[in-house]
Amino acid sequence: MAINLEDPKKLVPLRDQVHQVAMNMLRPISRKYDKAEHAYPKELDMLAAMADGLNESGTSEGAGATGVRRGADAGDKTVKNGSNMASVMSVAEMCWGDTGLTLSMPRQGLGNSAIASVANDEQLERFKGTWASMAITEPSFGSDSAQVSTTATKDGDEYILNGEKIFVTSGDRSDSVVVWATLDKSLGRAAIKSFVVPKGTPGLKVERLEHKLGIKASDTATITFTDCRVPAANLLGSPEINTKEGFAGAMATFDNTRPLVAAMAVGCARASLDLTRELLSKAGVEIDYDRPATVQSAAAAKFLQMEADWEGAYLLMLQAAWMADNRQPNSLEASMAKAKAGRVGSDITLSCVELAASVGYTETELLEKWSRDSKILDIFEGTQQIQQLIVARRVLGLSSTELK
Amino acid sequence: MSLLQILKGGGRHGVPSTENRDPIGYAVAGLNRLAQSDLLDKWGIRRQTEQTVFTVTRSGFKVAANAGRTFKKAGSRGKSGVRVPSAMPKGIFDLTPTEDEQMLVDVVSEYAEEVLLPAAHDADEACAAPDDVLKASLEIGLPILGVPEALGGISETRSATAGALVAEALAKGDMGLAVSVLAPGAVATALGLWGTDEQQQTYLPAFTGDAVPAASLALNEPTVLFDVLSPATTATRTSDGFVLNGTKSLVARGADAELFIVGAALEGKPTLFLVESSTPGLALEGDPGMGVRAAGMTRLTLTDAKVPADAVLGETDGSTYTECVRLARLGWCALALGTAQAVLDYVIPYVKTREAFGEPIAHRQAVAFAVANMAIELQAMRLVTYKAASRVAQGIDATREIALARKLCADKAMQIGLDGVQLLGGHGFTKEHPVERWYRDLRAIGIMEGTVLV
Repeated sequence: MAINLEDPKKLVPLRDQVHQVAMNMLRPISRKYDKAEHAYPKELDMLAAMADGLNESGTSEGAGATGVRRGADAGDKTVKNGSNMASVMSVAEMCWGDTGLTLSMPRQGLGNSAIASVANDEQLERFKGTWASMAITEPSFGSDSAQVSTTATKDGDEYILNGEKIFVTSGDRSDSVVVWATLDKSLGRAAIKSFVVPKGTPGLKVERLEHKLGIKASDTATITFTDCRVPAANLLGSPEINTKEGFAGAMATFDNTRPLVAAMAVGCARASLDLTRELLSKAGVEIDYDRPATVQSAAAAKFLQMEADWEGAYLLMLQAAWMADNRQPNSLEASMAKAKAGRVGSDITLSCVELAASVGYTETELLEKWSRDSKILDIFEGTQQIQQLIVARRVLGLSSTELK
Repeated sequence: MSLLQILKGGGRHGVPSTENRDPIGYAVAGLNRLAQSDLLDKWGIRRQTEQTVFTVTRSGFKVAANAGRTFKKAGSRGKSGVRVPSAMPKGIFDLTPTEDEQMLVDVVSEYAEEVLLPAAHDADEACAAPDDVLKASLEIGLPILGVPEALGGISETRSATAGALVAEALAKGDMGLAVSVLAPGAVATALGLWGTDEQQQTYLPAFTGDAVPAASLALNEPTVLFDVLSPATTATRTSDGFVLNGTKSLVARGADAELFIVGAALEGKPTLFLVESSTPGLALEGDPGMGVRAAGMTRLTLTDAKVPADAVLGETDGSTYTECVRLARLGWCALALGTAQAVLDYVIPYVKTREAFGEPIAHRQAVAFAVANMAIELQAMRLVTYKAASRVAQGIDATREIALARKLCADKAMQIGLDGVQLLGGHGFTKEHPVERWYRDLRAIGIMEGTVLV
């Protein structure tokens, strides 16, 4: 054991391969699908096939959203650099290529993350290979996810779902939807359960797609459930309403997905930083790491500040994933990573547009696109404010009734 | 667009032109063209083609990854084994200190809490560290932490990580006193890193013995927009040595220092010089600042100060000097971590007990979020600083990482000090609480050069 924060040596080849994929597959079609909102990026099928190939070859350490499950060998004391670290590193590289396209990767949805996190072994096997999107938000609530009003009513060995879900990422293209619904609204959080609903189930209807500020390559759907029947075996986790455990089970998914969203922000921001460094260099501004920022140009000083913030976000992201790999509770660190990466992502992408002036603002370069794409990363999977709330409660030792 | 540019990969799609395609990159780029082609759909063979790709890339990627692993094994057996301490795991990301480091941190933390913190207020007023504080620092071996074991020190390998952890632990007690007790160690560490056999045999026995001299690494100068890499202090070569002229500011413990390392420009290159306090032409005066006052800051004026030819420490091409500047900045980052942690630890119970409008102020988001941001930025500072330190310990170039740590710590540590006072309101502004002192101390981060070294 010794402190070392370099990228894990065994994951560097994976990181570099994903970088090549992002550079040569995503970048060339990045603008195309920013323009053609709602058009299906058919190139991604090929890429997903390649990702499956990676997984089967055992090289990837579970790159992407599926590798967040925690194993059972708890007695092992050696330090692990495993699938969680591999996931955040490869997601960051993919989003360096294109965030919207990364979110549209077949079989890498947030619903897959939920399945990987809470499904039992039988369900894992049954839902293997499905592309699952995640449906939590409803028209009447966003951050306050205890307010789920979509209902699930037990009827024999089936549940009947009724309600409306919005902001479902890949909701149109996915094979199935992981839906949050309440068994009994009067019992509060503990009654909220998630259900895997395959597309084609009668009563499930994709109503419409959103037109958005950024990540236009990713489809964001409104989905309604009208007397939609799913097998009881599609309920993820325990069907019991345990008021003591409460929301913990469902919320545990976020501990796994928040570092991934932090990784998206980190990757997108680095695209802006990399290009801006070169554009500044062509404009005669070189970044000097030894001279004080105060004796360099304002542009160089700003760049140093952005890169320093970026480094902090990157390492917070790695820390959260490393803790998950080593089976340490990481809810605080996951929220820290997302809070820092989310706001740093916005500052960097927007400031890079400013530094590049009209070259940054126009569609000449992708800088303006990255500044639109990054905004969502400070919103979904828990807004900046929700992350701050979580961190504050933890650090101050206050409950949700004390610190509202 | 030339063929060369097309093949390179960079320079388009927002990819910097420095980017290059490797063999996998070429394959992926080709694949992408294929994927975009409408012909696959026209011919109705998209799915079969995807199946082929799946199989081809599966073996293709495996080869590339194995090639990487083979390369890794070859690399780690050779070069890094010589440079990197045996305690270092090979390429594993880890945030756990070694057992030795943890023991050291435990001892130093106790010293910081029981000796430094209680003495901090008065030492700040007096602009000096009390004798018993300094004496206790020798007992736990602070000056010889960075000195190689073979030279009588306690460092078996490059100890930058341990140095950073110790500086952090000390500054949690008090930054001014931490600088005071670390100042002699900075000179000893520099001698260990860059001294000739003669220089080490001449000076180090004093540091490893019972009567450890006060000593100071003097790089600051009283210049607006000061650039440490271009010191105004000059060294001029003479027949039998050098003549130094110039003024150094914020020289820690200058009044009782017996040995200085002074930065001066020699033939246009910044260079380090060993200057004994008995050298004629040296003058000292008090130079107290807004904070870090317990370090006994002085201004050192050199007027035609003659030093012998062997007074040069390290190289004269600027490389040693630059490395010294970086390692000192890393030390200041570590100090920032400790003091910022002290602010956070103090503010948390305060906002939970201080009531306004019928409830603890911590129950308000405006207050709670400020505390959350302190915690988030402090952890970011810590990770960035540790990364830089571990690179130094492993002998990897840390120029970029130290620069980023310095920038982040300068910005965020000051914000933490600022918010710390704010959250205590009027009470934070008074000397009844230590937060105003931490506020003053934290302004030093990003300004101070030299003085400490890890």
